[in-house]
Amino acid sequence: MTYARGLKPLSIATVVATVVGFALVFFYAPVDADQGFVQKIFYVHVPMAIVALCGFVAGGIMAIKHLRSRDPSWDMRSYVAIHMSIILGLGVLITGAIWAKASWGHWWVWDEPVLVSFLVVFLLYCVYYPLRFSIEDPERQARASSVFAIAAGAFVPINFAAVRLAESFTHPRVLSQTGGDLPGEMRLTFLVCLAAMSLLFVTLWKLELTSKHAAMSLKRLRTRLAAAPS
Amino acid sequence: MPALPLDEAGKYVAGAYVVFVALILIYVAILGAKIARIAREIDEMASEK
Repeated sequence: MTYARGLKPLSIATVVATVVGFALVFFYAPVDADQGFVQKIFYVHVPMAIVALCGFVAGGIMAIKHLRSRDPSWDMRSYVAIHMSIILGLGVLITGAIWAKASWGHWWVWDEPVLVSFLVVFLLYCVYYPLRFSIEDPERQARASSVFAIAAGAFVPINFAAVRLAESFTHPRVLSQTGGDLPGEMRLTFLVCLAAMSLLFVTLWKLELTSKHAAMSLKRLRTRLAAAPS
Repeated sequence: MPALPLDEAGKYVAGAYVVFVALILIYVAILGAKIARIAREIDEMASEK
Protein backbone atom coordinates (compact mmCIF):
# COMPACT_ATOMS: atom_id res chain seq x y z
CA MET A 1 0.00 0.00 0.00
CA THR A 2 1.46 3.38 -0.95
CA TYR A 3 -0.53 6.01 0.92
CA ALA A 4 2.62 8.07 1.39
CA ARG A 5 3.20 8.42 -2.36
CA GLY A 6 3.10 12.09 -3.41
CA LEU A 7 2.73 13.28 0.18
CA LYS A 8 5.72 15.62 0.07
CA PRO A 9 4.68 17.63 -3.04
CA LEU A 10 1.10 17.62 -1.77
CA SER A 11 2.22 19.05 1.58
CA ILE A 12 4.26 21.76 -0.16
CA ALA A 13 1.30 22.63 -2.42
CA THR A 14 -0.96 22.82 0.65
CA VAL A 15 1.37 25.19 2.51
CA VAL A 16 1.82 27.40 -0.58
CA ALA A 17 -1.94 27.50 -1.32
CA THR A 18 -2.75 28.29 2.32
CA VAL A 19 -0.19 31.11 2.53
CA VAL A 20 -1.37 32.55 -0.82
CA GLY A 21 -5.01 32.21 0.30
CA PHE A 22 -4.38 34.04 3.60
CA ALA A 23 -2.38 36.74 1.77
CA LEU A 24 -5.27 37.26 -0.66
CA VAL A 25 -7.77 37.43 2.21
CA PHE A 26 -5.93 40.19 4.06
CA PHE A 27 -4.13 42.10 1.28
CA TYR A 28 -6.19 41.65 -1.91
CA ALA A 29 -9.87 40.96 -1.22
CA PRO A 30 -11.81 44.18 -0.60
CA VAL A 31 -13.56 44.84 2.70
CA ASP A 32 -17.25 43.98 2.39
CA ALA A 33 -19.44 47.08 2.12
CA ASP A 34 -22.22 45.55 4.22
CA GLN A 35 -20.47 43.53 6.94
CA GLY A 36 -17.12 45.28 7.00
CA PHE A 37 -13.88 43.56 8.10
CA VAL A 38 -15.68 40.76 9.93
CA GLN A 39 -16.68 39.27 6.55
CA LYS A 40 -13.05 37.98 6.27
CA ILE A 41 -14.20 35.02 8.40
CA PHE A 42 -16.14 33.90 5.33
CA TYR A 43 -12.89 32.80 3.61
CA VAL A 44 -12.06 30.25 6.29
CA HIS A 45 -15.57 29.30 7.43
CA VAL A 46 -17.25 28.54 4.08
CA PRO A 47 -14.39 26.53 2.45
CA MET A 48 -14.12 24.51 5.66
CA ALA A 49 -17.88 23.79 5.56
CA ILE A 50 -17.84 22.82 1.87
CA VAL A 51 -14.80 20.54 2.26
CA ALA A 52 -16.24 18.94 5.42
CA LEU A 53 -19.55 18.15 3.69
CA CYS A 54 -17.74 16.83 0.58
CA GLY A 55 -15.57 14.70 2.90
CA PHE A 56 -18.67 13.14 4.44
CA VAL A 57 -20.01 12.31 0.97
CA ALA A 58 -16.59 10.98 -0.09
CA GLY A 59 -16.60 8.77 3.02
CA GLY A 60 -19.93 7.34 1.84
CA ILE A 61 -18.60 6.67 -1.67
CA MET A 62 -15.53 4.90 -0.21
CA ALA A 63 -17.86 2.86 1.99
CA ILE A 64 -19.77 1.74 -1.13
CA LYS A 65 -16.43 0.65 -2.61
CA HIS A 66 -15.73 -1.29 0.58
CA LEU A 67 -19.04 -3.12 0.53
CA ARG A 68 -18.64 -3.94 -3.16
CA SER A 69 -15.03 -5.13 -2.96
CA ARG A 70 -14.79 -6.29 0.70
CA ASP A 71 -11.37 -4.65 0.66
CA PRO A 72 -10.71 -3.36 4.24
CA SER A 73 -8.49 -0.56 2.93
CA TRP A 74 -11.62 1.18 1.56
CA ASP A 75 -13.20 1.03 5.00
CA MET A 76 -10.07 2.63 6.45
CA ARG A 77 -10.17 5.36 3.77
CA SER A 78 -13.84 6.01 4.53
CA TYR A 79 -13.18 6.14 8.28
CA VAL A 80 -10.30 8.61 7.90
CA ALA A 81 -12.33 10.83 5.51
CA ILE A 82 -15.19 10.99 8.04
CA HIS A 83 -12.74 11.58 10.89
CA MET A 84 -11.15 14.50 9.01
CA SER A 85 -14.56 15.94 8.14
CA ILE A 86 -15.64 15.86 11.78
CA ILE A 87 -12.53 17.84 12.75
CA LEU A 88 -13.26 20.40 10.02
CA GLY A 89 -16.93 20.36 11.08
CA LEU A 90 -15.91 21.35 14.59
CA GLY A 91 -13.95 24.23 13.07
CA VAL A 92 -17.01 25.25 11.02
CA LEU A 93 -19.21 25.36 14.12
CA ILE A 94 -16.70 27.42 16.14
CA THR A 95 -15.83 29.89 13.37
CA GLY A 96 -19.54 30.13 12.48
CA ALA A 97 -20.40 30.98 16.07
CA ILE A 98 -17.70 33.68 16.12
CA TRP A 99 -19.01 35.14 12.85
CA ALA A 100 -22.60 34.99 14.11
CA LYS A 101 -21.67 36.84 17.30
CA ALA A 102 -19.87 39.56 15.32
CA SER A 103 -22.62 39.91 12.68
CA TRP A 104 -25.87 39.16 14.46
CA GLY A 105 -24.93 39.71 18.11
CA HIS A 106 -25.65 36.07 19.05
CA TRP A 107 -23.35 33.04 19.20
CA TRP A 108 -26.07 30.80 17.82
CA VAL A 109 -29.42 31.33 16.06
CA TRP A 110 -31.77 28.36 16.38
CA ASP A 111 -34.27 29.44 13.72
CA GLU A 112 -31.64 29.56 10.96
CA PRO A 113 -31.88 26.35 8.84
CA VAL A 114 -28.28 26.43 7.54
CA LEU A 115 -26.78 26.49 11.03
CA VAL A 116 -29.11 23.95 12.56
CA SER A 117 -28.84 21.57 9.59
CA PHE A 118 -25.03 21.64 9.80
CA LEU A 119 -25.24 20.91 13.52
CA VAL A 120 -27.60 17.99 12.79
CA VAL A 121 -25.13 16.58 10.22
CA PHE A 122 -22.22 17.05 12.66
CA LEU A 123 -24.05 15.32 15.52
CA LEU A 124 -25.15 12.54 13.18
CA TYR A 125 -21.52 11.82 12.33
CA CYS A 126 -20.49 12.00 16.00
CA VAL A 127 -22.54 8.79 16.36
CA TYR A 128 -20.14 7.11 13.90
CA TYR A 129 -17.40 6.69 16.54
CA PRO A 130 -19.41 4.85 19.23
CA LEU A 131 -21.02 2.75 16.50
CA ARG A 132 -17.67 1.78 15.00
CA PHE A 133 -15.80 1.11 18.21
CA SER A 134 -18.61 -0.76 19.95
CA ILE A 135 -18.12 -3.66 17.51
CA GLU A 136 -15.06 -5.78 18.19
CA ASP A 137 -15.05 -8.11 15.20
CA PRO A 138 -13.08 -6.16 12.52
CA GLU A 139 -15.15 -7.47 9.62
CA ARG A 140 -18.49 -6.65 11.26
CA GLN A 141 -17.11 -3.32 12.41
CA ALA A 142 -16.10 -2.39 8.87
CA ARG A 143 -19.44 -3.55 7.42
CA ALA A 144 -21.60 -1.68 9.97
CA SER A 145 -19.46 1.46 9.63
CA SER A 146 -19.78 1.33 5.85
CA VAL A 147 -23.57 1.01 6.01
CA PHE A 148 -23.69 4.01 8.35
CA ALA A 149 -21.31 6.02 6.16
CA ILE A 150 -23.45 5.36 3.06
CA ALA A 151 -26.75 6.25 4.77
CA ALA A 152 -25.32 9.38 6.40
CA GLY A 153 -23.43 10.32 3.21
CA ALA A 154 -26.70 10.19 1.26
CA PHE A 155 -28.36 12.36 3.92
CA VAL A 156 -25.82 15.19 3.45
CA PRO A 157 -26.83 16.31 -0.10
CA ILE A 158 -30.53 15.73 0.69
CA ASN A 159 -30.18 17.90 3.78
CA PHE A 160 -28.28 20.53 1.77
CA ALA A 161 -31.00 20.63 -0.91
CA ALA A 162 -33.78 20.83 1.69
CA VAL A 163 -32.09 23.76 3.39
CA ARG A 164 -31.65 25.58 0.06
CA LEU A 165 -35.37 25.22 -0.57
CA ALA A 166 -36.15 26.76 2.82
CA GLU A 167 -36.62 30.50 2.79
CA SER A 168 -34.24 32.45 4.97
CA PHE A 169 -33.00 35.99 4.97
CA THR A 170 -30.43 35.72 7.75
CA HIS A 171 -27.67 33.42 6.49
CA PRO A 172 -25.93 34.47 3.24
CA ARG A 173 -26.05 32.15 0.23
CA VAL A 174 -22.67 31.47 -1.35
CA LEU A 175 -23.28 28.84 -4.01
CA SER A 176 -26.37 30.28 -5.64
CA GLN A 177 -27.24 29.97 -9.34
CA THR A 178 -25.99 33.50 -9.88
CA GLY A 179 -22.63 32.66 -8.36
CA GLY A 180 -23.37 34.18 -4.98
CA ASP A 181 -22.98 37.74 -6.31
CA LEU A 182 -19.33 37.81 -5.22
CA PRO A 183 -17.20 40.50 -6.88
CA GLY A 184 -14.19 39.26 -8.91
CA GLU A 185 -11.52 39.79 -6.21
CA MET A 186 -13.64 38.16 -3.54
CA ARG A 187 -14.50 35.23 -5.80
CA LEU A 188 -10.84 34.62 -6.70
CA THR A 189 -9.85 34.76 -3.01
CA PHE A 190 -12.67 32.41 -2.09
CA LEU A 191 -11.68 29.90 -4.81
CA VAL A 192 -8.01 29.95 -3.73
CA CYS A 193 -9.08 29.40 -0.09
CA LEU A 194 -11.37 26.56 -1.21
CA ALA A 195 -8.50 24.95 -3.17
CA ALA A 196 -6.18 25.35 -0.15
CA MET A 197 -8.73 23.76 2.18
CA SER A 198 -9.25 20.86 -0.26
CA LEU A 199 -5.49 20.31 -0.49
CA LEU A 200 -5.24 20.43 3.30
CA PHE A 201 -7.95 17.81 3.60
CA VAL A 202 -6.29 15.45 1.10
CA THR A 203 -2.84 15.93 2.67
CA LEU A 204 -4.03 15.21 6.22
CA TRP A 205 -6.15 12.31 4.95
CA LYS A 206 -3.13 10.72 3.28
CA LEU A 207 -0.93 11.42 6.32
CA GLU A 208 -3.42 9.81 8.70
CA LEU A 209 -3.79 6.80 6.37
CA THR A 210 0.00 6.43 6.21
CA SER A 211 0.21 6.51 10.01
CA LYS A 212 -2.63 4.00 10.44
CA HIS A 213 -1.16 1.67 7.82
CA ALA A 214 2.26 1.81 9.51
CA ALA A 215 0.69 1.06 12.91
CA MET A 216 -1.22 -1.93 11.49
CA SER A 217 1.87 -3.29 9.70
CA LEU A 218 3.84 -3.00 12.93
CA LYS A 219 1.14 -4.86 14.86
CA ARG A 220 1.10 -7.65 12.25
CA LEU A 221 4.88 -7.87 12.37
CA ARG A 222 4.87 -8.12 16.17
CA THR A 223 2.29 -10.91 16.04
CA ARG A 224 4.30 -12.78 13.41
CA LEU A 225 7.53 -12.41 15.39
CA ALA A 226 5.84 -13.57 18.57
CA ALA A 227 4.48 -16.66 16.79
CA ALA A 228 7.77 -17.51 15.08
CA PRO A 229 9.89 -20.26 16.73
CA SER A 230 12.91 -18.74 18.47
CA MET B 1 -26.86 45.05 12.75
CA PRO B 2 -24.40 47.75 11.49
CA ALA B 3 -20.83 46.69 10.53
CA LEU B 4 -18.46 46.59 13.50
CA PRO B 5 -15.53 49.05 13.61
CA LEU B 6 -12.17 47.59 12.55
CA ASP B 7 -10.72 47.28 16.08
CA GLU B 8 -13.82 45.43 17.26
CA ALA B 9 -14.14 43.22 14.13
CA GLY B 10 -10.41 42.44 14.18
CA LYS B 11 -10.77 40.48 17.42
CA TYR B 12 -13.45 38.24 15.93
CA VAL B 13 -11.56 37.72 12.67
CA ALA B 14 -8.34 36.91 14.56
CA GLY B 15 -10.30 34.54 16.81
CA ALA B 16 -11.73 32.63 13.84
CA TYR B 17 -8.36 32.26 12.11
CA VAL B 18 -6.62 31.28 15.37
CA VAL B 19 -9.27 28.56 15.88
CA PHE B 20 -8.59 27.20 12.40
CA VAL B 21 -4.79 27.24 12.77
CA ALA B 22 -4.95 25.79 16.31
CA LEU B 23 -7.24 22.98 15.18
CA ILE B 24 -4.84 21.98 12.39
CA LEU B 25 -1.75 22.32 14.61
CA ILE B 26 -3.27 20.19 17.39
CA TYR B 27 -4.26 17.55 14.84
CA VAL B 28 -0.80 17.51 13.24
CA ALA B 29 0.85 17.35 16.70
CA ILE B 30 -1.27 14.32 17.69
CA LEU B 31 -0.47 12.66 14.37
CA GLY B 32 3.23 13.49 14.81
CA ALA B 33 3.21 11.89 18.27
CA LYS B 34 1.60 8.73 16.82
CA ILE B 35 4.20 8.50 14.05
CA ALA B 36 7.03 9.08 16.57
CA ARG B 37 5.65 6.23 18.72
CA ILE B 38 5.57 3.89 15.70
CA ALA B 39 9.17 4.83 14.82
CA ARG B 40 10.24 4.20 18.45
CA GLU B 41 8.57 0.78 18.47
CA ILE B 42 10.28 -0.15 15.19
CA ASP B 43 13.64 0.86 16.70
CA GLU B 44 12.89 -1.24 19.80
CA MET B 45 12.04 -4.26 17.65
CA ALA B 46 15.19 -3.82 15.60
CA SER B 47 17.35 -3.65 18.75
CA GLU B 48 15.64 -6.76 20.22
CA LYS B 49 16.48 -8.87 17.18
